Amino acid sequence: MSRTVVIGVGNPMRGDDAAGRQVARLLAKGCPAGVTIHESTGTPDSLMDLWKDAGAAVLVDASQSGNQPGDIERFDVSTEPLPTSYLHCSTHAFGVAEAVELARSLGTLPPRVIVFGIEGISFEHGAELSDEIEEAVHRAADLVKAECQK
Amino acid sequence: MSPEDPPPPRTTRTIKVDYLARVEGEGAMYLNVQDGKVEDVKLKIFEPPRFFEAFLRERSFHEAPDITARICGICPVAYQMSSCHAMEDAAGVSVTGQIRDLRRLLYCGEWIESHGLHVFMLHAPDFLGYPSAIEMAKDHREIVEMGLKLKKIGNDIGIVLGGREIHPVNVKVGGFYKAPPKKDFAKLEEDLKVAADIAEKTVRWAATLPFPDFEHDYELVCLSHPDEYPMNEGRIISNRGLDIPISDYEQHFVEEHEPYTNALQSIHKGHGAYFVGPMARFALNFEKLTPRCLAVARAVGLDPACRNPFRSIMIRSVEMLYACEEALRVIGNYEPTEAPSIEVDASGGTGFGCTEAPRGLLYHRYRVDEQGDILEAKIVPPTSQNQKTIEDDLRRLVPGYLHLNDDELQWQCEQTIRNYDPCISCATHFLKIHREEVSQ
Repeated sequence: MSRTVVIGVGNPMRGDDAAGRQVARLLAKGCPAGVTIHESTGTPDSLMDLWKDAGAAVLVDASQSGNQPGDIERFDVSTEPLPTSYLHCSTHAFGVAEAVELARSLGTLPPRVIVFGIEGISFEHGAELSDEIEEAVHRAADLVKAECQK
Repeated sequence: MSPEDPPPPRTTRTIKVDYLARVEGEGAMYLNVQDGKVEDVKLKIFEPPRFFEAFLRERSFHEAPDITARICGICPVAYQMSSCHAMEDAAGVSVTGQIRDLRRLLYCGEWIESHGLHVFMLHAPDFLGYPSAIEMAKDHREIVEMGLKLKKIGNDIGIVLGGREIHPVNVKVGGFYKAPPKKDFAKLEEDLKVAADIAEKTVRWAATLPFPDFEHDYELVCLSHPDEYPMNEGRIISNRGLDIPISDYEQHFVEEHEPYTNALQSIHKGHGAYFVGPMARFALNFEKLTPRCLAVARAVGLDPACRNPFRSIMIRSVEMLYACEEALRVIGNYEPTEAPSIEVDASGGTGFGCTEAPRGLLYHRYRVDEQGDILEAKIVPPTSQNQKTIEDDLRRLVPGYLHLNDDELQWQCEQTIRNYDPCISCATHFLKIHREEVSQ
């Protein structure tokens, strides 16, 4: 059976940027069978290493797209690029969107890649996760679990 | 021309790049050219204004490495090292032997990782004519894969020694929380041998890139150590005769605030703009490179007289080779027999730390009270030291490229800025380029 990886992406010291990592931590407590859970700062080489040889990858990251705080968007990037301006690119203009496209160029993208973006409020240095986003983290964890069952 | 003749029509070209792609963090460039003369160049930087210097006040001196590591996701080790050295200086102690070597190993990982990102993913597309590494990967798969391999091995040093790839958690004032057992380095040792070969190949490949004929007699500033290529310690020297202890830094270098940028710009008092980073280190410490680095540098025609900042991609590649070899040396000598750290007690006072971040000199100064609480912090990152030099380069370079259309000119300017691998901040970043042209 092909492996599924879930990767929570973000910077734990930048407020709501940690949302994706919080989802990964929640899921790690009751990890679905056949699924491995990781946290990552989202550098392309580390993401590409984590999803190497996986049948499916589910990524969760924070977004700053103008949506309502706590809104969760789902993108199937298996064959279509993620809008580069969508995600909060936590790692120097070379984040999730770029990692997906680089892997696609190199032919190393897993056959199925889903990205969830959780709209954040505050990305200040040293800030904690906003209360409103805590609730969204739980909803996102349920969505990711369901995605892993597909 | 007689007084009655009408004046010739003035032509004005303004190029504004609101967000610079492929530099670390957020920045913008403004360039104004009138009648073939560069009237104005501004590199704007949206740095979180001195958040960290304020955040550090009243925190324990032990917290400085962990807090400052958060300033940058690409060079956290540099911030940790400069802060540790400063706190140890304030306490009147110094780290030697195996702990010192392990610090150097961690720094090697950061140089490989940071230079790997810049050389292959950020700067190479400029030379090869691609908007990004993603498009470049379609035609230059092997080059991109070399970059990913090097970057991963740099990260792996951080994972084995630092506890994790970014923002290492194992570093403390006085050394490390835990020294890894020798066996943890076994795979890394094998990987680093491969990495050294890739790095050498990278130097030879980088030498084939097309370089603009652009040189300037910069004042180069970097650390210098009697026995080694500089990373963690040494005196501050320049090619104009400067030779000072790091505690004298602020007597010679001053930061000025320009209203158009959040970042402060440094100048060498009485001298002006100066240049920090790989080209300065390479020029002033050439003989301290390993024989293999010297041989490959000479083979591709790179020597300490190099003053073409576009060739910094070659020098970064040589430094990756050096870092691989230096990491192998440290691992080869490693016997974890000593305690992983020394005791550091606060006694109150001021401490100075200066290390060579991948992008250049990173200066820290802290004043600490007798309880070990930080009273004052000052941090001068390499990018603010290079900012004036970057603007000066644009001023010198643009007149030779005015025949280009605006898109091509913008490309040339961005490439010039990327010569310095500016680490503007680790702030939220949105890729968005907006260009405005004004003619009158």
